[in-house]
Amino acid sequence: MLRALAAGILVSVGCAIVGTFVVLRGLAFIGDALAHGVLPGVAAAMLLGLPGILGAAVGAAVMIGGVSLVTQRSRLSSDSAIGLLFVGMLALGVVMVSGSSSFSGDLIAILFGQILGVSAESLVLQAVVTAAVAVVAFVAARPFLLLCFDPELAQVSGFSARRYHALMLLLVATVVVVSFQSVGTLLVFGMLLAPAASGALIASRLPTMMAIAIAIGVVSTYVGLWVSYAFNTAAGATIVLVATVIFFGVLTAVNVRGGLEARTEPLPETGA
Amino acid sequence: MRATTIATPQTAGATGAETPIEAQGLAVGYGGRPVVTGIDLVVGGQTSLALVGTNGSGKSTLLKSIMGLIPPVSGRLEVFNAAPGSSAVRLAYLSQAHTAGFVLPLRAIDVVRMARFSARGLARPFTSEDHDLVAWGMRTMGVEALGSHPLRSLSGGQQQRVFLAQVLARRADLIVLDEPTAGLDAGGRERYLQAFAGELERGATLVTSTHDIAEAVEYDQVLLLARRVVALGPGREVLTADRLLETFGILLRDPHKEHAQRFVVAEVAHGQPQVIDVGPEQAP
Repeated sequence: MLRALAAGILVSVGCAIVGTFVVLRGLAFIGDALAHGVLPGVAAAMLLGLPGILGAAVGAAVMIGGVSLVTQRSRLSSDSAIGLLFVGMLALGVVMVSGSSSFSGDLIAILFGQILGVSAESLVLQAVVTAAVAVVAFVAARPFLLLCFDPELAQVSGFSARRYHALMLLLVATVVVVSFQSVGTLLVFGMLLAPAASGALIASRLPTMMAIAIAIGVVSTYVGLWVSYAFNTAAGATIVLVATVIFFGVLTAVNVRGGLEARTEPLPETGA
Repeated sequence: MRATTIATPQTAGATGAETPIEAQGLAVGYGGRPVVTGIDLVVGGQTSLALVGTNGSGKSTLLKSIMGLIPPVSGRLEVFNAAPGSSAVRLAYLSQAHTAGFVLPLRAIDVVRMARFSARGLARPFTSEDHDLVAWGMRTMGVEALGSHPLRSLSGGQQQRVFLAQVLARRADLIVLDEPTAGLDAGGRERYLQAFAGELERGATLVTSTHDIAEAVEYDQVLLLARRVVALGPGREVLTADRLLETFGILLRDPHKEHAQRFVVAEVAHGQPQVIDVGPEQAP
């Protein structure tokens, strides 16, 4: 249980950091693509007797490559093609897992995680990777902020927009790949979005947003684990459910407060 | 917009003076497809250039090319005698469409502070000079009181002032503004004109796109664009009725006032060029 809590908190921190950029850069699509792409990768790795995390990394890379290829090549609306790519990868993963009788029960584990069965080694790996992601995000904070604000401004400021965008995607992929064991490939997407989106609603500064996202992620993990223990529900899904409920709670609160403020406190006009 | 000091004359080749912008046989566009071709242009130091034309005439495309955001389709384009975009610290750019999502949790002062990132790189901390420039930029555009306000809570005009404050805080040698007065009220426009006349005086070169003929006539050079170069030269020579007609396709003319800056320009997407005479306004 303590190990599950530690794993959940590490997932929360990693997802909050990169989720902030996913939300602000509008990369939810890519996050979704990664979550779908990881599944067949993991399945293939298991069939070949390789570590699942390696397969997840390859799957993520294939998916990012596939999405950028479709986006560049297709002149028509690319979302149908990308949507098919997602479903195709997901179906491929399920077919691969179901075709081999030896680990049919693992499908649920891959999709929804097994936070209660996280090994000590993967916990250490997760800690190291999360720390690395945090360091990179800290060092690249200025170009990342410019990129969120306006990619052209990043370019004109001397930071290669393409290079830092690629670095950002790499961070997202890294977090998805190391997190899938705990909360699963489908639910890691929820942990990427829900806490960061809640933070975006409240915060007026980027560091504050990230801190709020981390806090919400950690609280969701704690509450989710407790609820799943008390009511015998699936741990990973419960954690994500709590994070999502918090998001809609914050959304409602902000809207109610915003409605009140708009009536009572108009902004000062700038003098000419 | 004219600096009070006399613009330095073009000294090509002499004493190795650098040229902010030099284009020869330049074609600009996207994905190898040209939007404007045949641009020959020299913009010297401390001078101002206005790009005038309809939407889709190629103004923004040319500005983006000068900033090194899109590669030229063909021809030669040099900025400070090097490839465009290679001297980031010396450039400032205000784009037309701000894609900045309103979800972005930023205060107005955070936006202006971004101006100093190019000078300080990834990790070097801000100096007192940086903080002074940020404060000065905000003061100049009259948004110093809005520093701690979230960007998303500001009106469109207030946001535009914040973006212009960011441009000022860069203290650039080449300033490129894509429709900078869009959304500005009269007060904002006045501050903008004063601030960037000051930037010219300081020695900067200014390139601006505008729909405003009355403003364009004040520039050292005007480039009339209609997916090709209609004319290039000093505003008072270039902004004639015929050329404006060629550029915009329609003119609303006050027959009693023959000066170019009295023309009101309207846009027609398709159809024949036409001049419409309108009577003098009745004095109240």
